[in-house]
Amino acid sequence: MNPLKHLWLAALLGLVFLTPMRVDAAAPARATEGTASHLLVLSPVDLVIVVLYFVVVLGIGFYLKKYASTGEDFFMAGRKMTAWIAGLSFISANLSSLETMGWSAMAYQYGMLGAHAYLIGAIPAILFLAVVMMPFYYICRTHSVPGYLGLRYGEASRALAGISFTFLTVMVSGASMFAMAKILNLLLGWNMNVSIWVSSVTVAIYVSLGGLLSAVFNEVLQFFLIWLGTLLIPILGIIHAGGWTRMLATAQKNAAIIHPTVQNADFTSLWRNLGSFDTNPMGIDWFGMVFGLGLAVSFGYWCTDFLQVQRVIVAKNLRSAQNGTLIGAALKMMVPIIVTIPGLLGLAVLLNRDGSPMILVPESDPRANITHRTFNDVLPLLMGQYLGPGLLGLGVTAMIAGFMSGMAGNVSAFATVWTYDVYRPLFNRKASDKHYLTMGRWCSILGVLISIGTAYALFFFSNILEFLQVLIFFFIVPLFGTVILGMLWKRATPAGGFWGFLIAILVSMSMWAYVHTFPDGYRPQPKVSIGKGAVVSFEKDAAGKIAKIVVEQGAVATVNVPGTPATEVKGADLTLPPSVEKVGLVQVLAPEVTVAGTSEKFGVEAVPVVLKTGVRVSSTEVCKTFAPAAFNPAHTRYVARSDKAKPMAVNMYSGFWSLLVCLVVTVVVSLFTRPKPEAELKNLVMGLTPIPDEGPCPWYQSPKLWAAVVFIALVAINVIFW
Amino acid sequence: MHHEHQIPIWFFVGSLLTVYGVLILGVGIYNLVHPPEHPVALASLHMDVWWGILLLLIGSLYVVKYWPSKGETAR
Repeated sequence: MNPLKHLWLAALLGLVFLTPMRVDAAAPARATEGTASHLLVLSPVDLVIVVLYFVVVLGIGFYLKKYASTGEDFFMAGRKMTAWIAGLSFISANLSSLETMGWSAMAYQYGMLGAHAYLIGAIPAILFLAVVMMPFYYICRTHSVPGYLGLRYGEASRALAGISFTFLTVMVSGASMFAMAKILNLLLGWNMNVSIWVSSVTVAIYVSLGGLLSAVFNEVLQFFLIWLGTLLIPILGIIHAGGWTRMLATAQKNAAIIHPTVQNADFTSLWRNLGSFDTNPMGIDWFGMVFGLGLAVSFGYWCTDFLQVQRVIVAKNLRSAQNGTLIGAALKMMVPIIVTIPGLLGLAVLLNRDGSPMILVPESDPRANITHRTFNDVLPLLMGQYLGPGLLGLGVTAMIAGFMSGMAGNVSAFATVWTYDVYRPLFNRKASDKHYLTMGRWCSILGVLISIGTAYALFFFSNILEFLQVLIFFFIVPLFGTVILGMLWKRATPAGGFWGFLIAILVSMSMWAYVHTFPDGYRPQPKVSIGKGAVVSFEKDAAGKIAKIVVEQGAVATVNVPGTPATEVKGADLTLPPSVEKVGLVQVLAPEVTVAGTSEKFGVEAVPVVLKTGVRVSSTEVCKTFAPAAFNPAHTRYVARSDKAKPMAVNMYSGFWSLLVCLVVTVVVSLFTRPKPEAELKNLVMGLTPIPDEGPCPWYQSPKLWAAVVFIALVAINVIFW
Repeated sequence: MHHEHQIPIWFFVGSLLTVYGVLILGVGIYNLVHPPEHPVALASLHMDVWWGILLLLIGSLYVVKYWPSKGETAR
């Protein structure tokens, strides 16, 4: 037995005996109705599981430092990755916690349509990347996607892509950090500063030591954790719901109560509800789904987002790069099991104590995290419902691992693009490899520091978060248009590529601004917030629901409720209306009030509120011409072809238009400008790039065979869940 | 993974899963003997025991197969 084996066994036994086992003393983690208390409570064994994860990732970082001794090692993991590692890393870089929690929330909001992000919204693009684009990326030996633009179109396009990418990458990394801290605070009560600093220092250490290799190792580890930490939820949820068919039937029945604005929408199918805009909860038709999501957004993300592509272009040979991508495609198709099914389970099995469906609300809803949990809480709520001590620790570790590997992915991509596509071409062309390696290590730390700065900025400007997320989304679609024309059309010129890319970015941003602009003014939903400690009584109807609220004493704040006095109710009692004409139903929120001597909280809508004489009032009228959190239906009808379009539908159509603009501008400008000589396009453009013969391989290693298998599986899944 | 003498990533994965398996199985057995006062939904299925065993099996498989003394060639 070698020394390592002794050490390993000793560590294992030590953990078993030292771990506190009195787990029953821990408060059970239960889904609760309309509460702002912490959703999950960890037992000591859960904490041991979380801490062990941090120890292992740091250990991996220190261990891998000696293997990152050159620029090629640090930035490209030595270009020696096997197909399986490249594939797992490729898919894990995308499977962050924002992704799993976010798409579970999407499935709760949009039903089974959310699964399209993993089917038509991913697989055709990944297959295209593997079979068509990978040979070009691989043969030209680029370090990055902006690097390819530099070779194909020249330094202007490379600089535009490189600077935009580095800026957006660290901003998104910071947004992810902020989201993690906020989620851990809401779910577990952890201090936000501690969450931000512990996670970012850990990421900074392991990425700056081991570079991409470290990030990839941790992504592979995260893949296992996220699957093993989350897979129990769909298994137990389906058992709890009485089987698959009953789960779907209950979800559809409850959806009408949970989402009353789309009562007639079909939540349980992939395609049969896409015949028109009002038969599905997303407000989209099949054209938008196929060409918006399936073509523009999906191809942009999977084929040109460097964070993704970097994972597979570092494989040890072209065949491994292609097979790694295909492994990623196959695994991607399975992700709906741990993402879409929990969203549907949220509709079916999350119940209040009285057996009624639990209503979750969007983050933008004023009731969010006060009286109601949000869509984003659907996965943690299910974790709380089904996972006991130990398993809960594994689930929370998977969540933290997902956040951290997402940050690490962004930071390693930032370091690569900054060093090779901004620093080297613009500032220091002839430095040594050692110099670039040092630059990469410092950039990793700098990237983390900028991310931390962004995270803290979001404490004060949290509405930027939404803007940041769509900004990167609109950046990669034009990038795809520019790259694909460069690969497939040798006549595309440097000027065409640059202007097509730039104008499409500007058009994307203009469309985003347009759908959030309200020339006639946007008035948020009327709201009455009853202040802390106010004394309140109710009148209830025959069904036991609140029919009237009487505020006996205390303070009340109103927004967009006409007829409210400026300071205090004087003379006779005042009744606030349940709705305001042309604005909407009045929301009443009471986060902490006294009802019959006890402290309570509630949130209701369209209920009259009586303010007794002496109640203090603060009244506000809000009317905006630009509201990033709201969509103007009169404008979305031009962008997304329907005034019923929901945010996701608007994003898909915006992606389609920006791709179209990019292609048209690139082609038109190219026809009037001078192309590069063919000699300079060798190994960059189809027809001028000889695909190397990698020799015979066993049938089971043939990329074309596996691409066909994955495509057939994709068709089969779409037919089964039509 | 790919350098000679480098410990494969699969070994790290296996080690962590094995330890997690032991911990979760231990908690599961404890809960079997001393059922908690406020069990989670479907606690009667004792998923912690089964999941602990699964993690232990997957983890052990990777640990044994990718033990560093055998892994001195490129993987």
